[in-house]
Amino acid sequence: MVFEITKTNVPDVRGYFGEFGGRFVPETLVPALDELIKAYDEAIHDSVFMGELAYLQATYVGRPTPVTYAKRLSELLGGAQIYFKREDLAHTGAHKINNALGQALLAKRMGKKRVIAETGAGQHGVASATASALLGLDCHVYMGSVDIARQRPNVFRMKLLGAEVIPVESGSKTLKDAINEAIRDWVTNVLNTFYLLGSALGPHPYPMMVRDFQSIIGVEARRQILEMTGRLPDACIACVGGGSNAIGLFHAFREDENVDLIGVEAGGYGILGGQHAARFADPNIGRMGVLHGTRSYVMQTTDGQIVNTHSISAGLDYASVGPEHAYLRQTERAYYTYATDEEALSALQTLSQNEGIIPALESAHAVAEAIKRAPTMPKDSILLVNLSGRGDKDLDTVMSAIGDES
Amino acid sequence: MTHTSQGLPAIEAMFNTAKAQNRAAFLPFFTIGYPSYDESINILVEMSKLGVDGFEIGIPFSDPLADGAVIQASSQVALDNGITPKHGLQAVRDLRARGVYQPIMIFSYINPLLAYGAEQFVRDAKGAGADGFIIPDLPPEEAYLFSECEKLGLALIFFIAPTSNPERISLVTKQSTGFLYVISVTGITGARDSLPDDLQAFIARVRSQTDKPLVLGFGISKPEQARQLHGLVDGFIVASALIRAHQNGTTSDVLGLAGALRGATP
Repeated sequence: MVFEITKTNVPDVRGYFGEFGGRFVPETLVPALDELIKAYDEAIHDSVFMGELAYLQATYVGRPTPVTYAKRLSELLGGAQIYFKREDLAHTGAHKINNALGQALLAKRMGKKRVIAETGAGQHGVASATASALLGLDCHVYMGSVDIARQRPNVFRMKLLGAEVIPVESGSKTLKDAINEAIRDWVTNVLNTFYLLGSALGPHPYPMMVRDFQSIIGVEARRQILEMTGRLPDACIACVGGGSNAIGLFHAFREDENVDLIGVEAGGYGILGGQHAARFADPNIGRMGVLHGTRSYVMQTTDGQIVNTHSISAGLDYASVGPEHAYLRQTERAYYTYATDEEALSALQTLSQNEGIIPALESAHAVAEAIKRAPTMPKDSILLVNLSGRGDKDLDTVMSAIGDES
Repeated sequence: MTHTSQGLPAIEAMFNTAKAQNRAAFLPFFTIGYPSYDESINILVEMSKLGVDGFEIGIPFSDPLADGAVIQASSQVALDNGITPKHGLQAVRDLRARGVYQPIMIFSYINPLLAYGAEQFVRDAKGAGADGFIIPDLPPEEAYLFSECEKLGLALIFFIAPTSNPERISLVTKQSTGFLYVISVTGITGARDSLPDDLQAFIARVRSQTDKPLVLGFGISKPEQARQLHGLVDGFIVASALIRAHQNGTTSDVLGLAGALRGATP
């Protein structure tokens, strides 16, 4: 089946989701964004392009990924029945490949041989390096030196895949700074370079395009849960950093009014004290602003300087959030909560021991919310949780956090 | 001389004066709070006495994605010194109090200004004696956030880049007030050894679409480059080279370079 991208009322032609979104970038990049909007629109209406994407999704990524019924975990919690959408089983171990492959195909179509990407945890970097190797593109990945130190295996994977990993030493030396550096590279090399952005953020058309490429998650999951249970879930739950896996799941359910959409941000050490990445949960520092080309909720000082965030999961450790999530929250279509580092670690262990699935620390935040919520719900209710990635990359972090008792 | 008019008329007068003297206006940039608040004010006051034509003063932002390493470093020092948009407004008041009569353009990224409140910031900037705004991550499509500039007669300056096609040049030309900031190279701020080879053709392309003053920026660092701009553009901005002169030396090195750049046009 050829995957179809369905157009919706947001964003508008200027890239706005209500009052969120837009494109706040240096003028040098505006023509490149215009060119990208045009090329993207042409590509998704071209059956050859969409056919190649569908072929690679099926034969290379391993789609559709299954939905797994978590029988033991559901029994343990004694409430809602829990189902997992298994993006951890996609090639490279996370949902990031859905978007990386789509954008890499677009880069090739546009004749841009040089691809740049940013990465935090390294999952998008690995996905970009993978798609570039597959399609013969020259891939350069910006990564903060702090993240390089805590994600060594992914750094090596990118190098094995033939990508160049460029350490970023400015600012907090994490994802935010990697994006700054990638944008500076793009401003400088815009004529021959495609910026393969990894989450549903940045200037228009990225939030829309990334959502569209990730929307296959929800399209599949909605069909699968109907086949398995004969009904729609009561709620969909996903973790939200930039928010690409969440928007990918939510999109197919946007018009199913009885399906609650729940995004889970990183609560870090807890909201009190500000050491977290829960942009919606802390009005002291999470306010409307502009970061990396888009207007959304941004963690900042009262003077508008971006603050350093904290999460045990590098993939959620980001000061802003995709503009469509800000819009879904404002229009009350989706609800946002958070899980702390401790809750995520605990959820990771519970899922590992009861279902034999070691989730990524990012995804463990969504699992933590399911663990909180399921016992409060009737036994005939259904929770659909996006397991956005697998936990192999996080073993070092988890070992040092909970101790290796073997 | 005193700062008699403000905003668009003051900027127009600046170009008229330079034109009458058959030269391009020289607008130095300096970061407020680098190396300290007081020293940045001193440097700007001394440059004023050298007879530069106008100023671009930088209010630091933690994530300056259009800036190269030199201005990033100066912004970080300024942030470490606790500089906020309020200090940027204070700087304008202090400069006026110390006799700086030239037009002052406030340079910052959009987020600190939104955090202050865009409308309020524009009003307070007018009250302080500023003349215009240069915001590198604000393309004309998003200018609605700063509509207060038009009401108060302050300049809201937009950019034209080597990548700009005729449609973009037309749009930017319509929206930009005061002057057009023409970026000499495809890239971020930072000194370059020479001006790009195709600069003349690029400027001609822009000139064919507008009569508004053109001010060239990015990559200009030396008096000989400034001399080459004679007759080509109405003004030029030097930023990184002045900051670098201080990073590698002292205030007198900054003033030495500013003086040489001021003297480079006849």
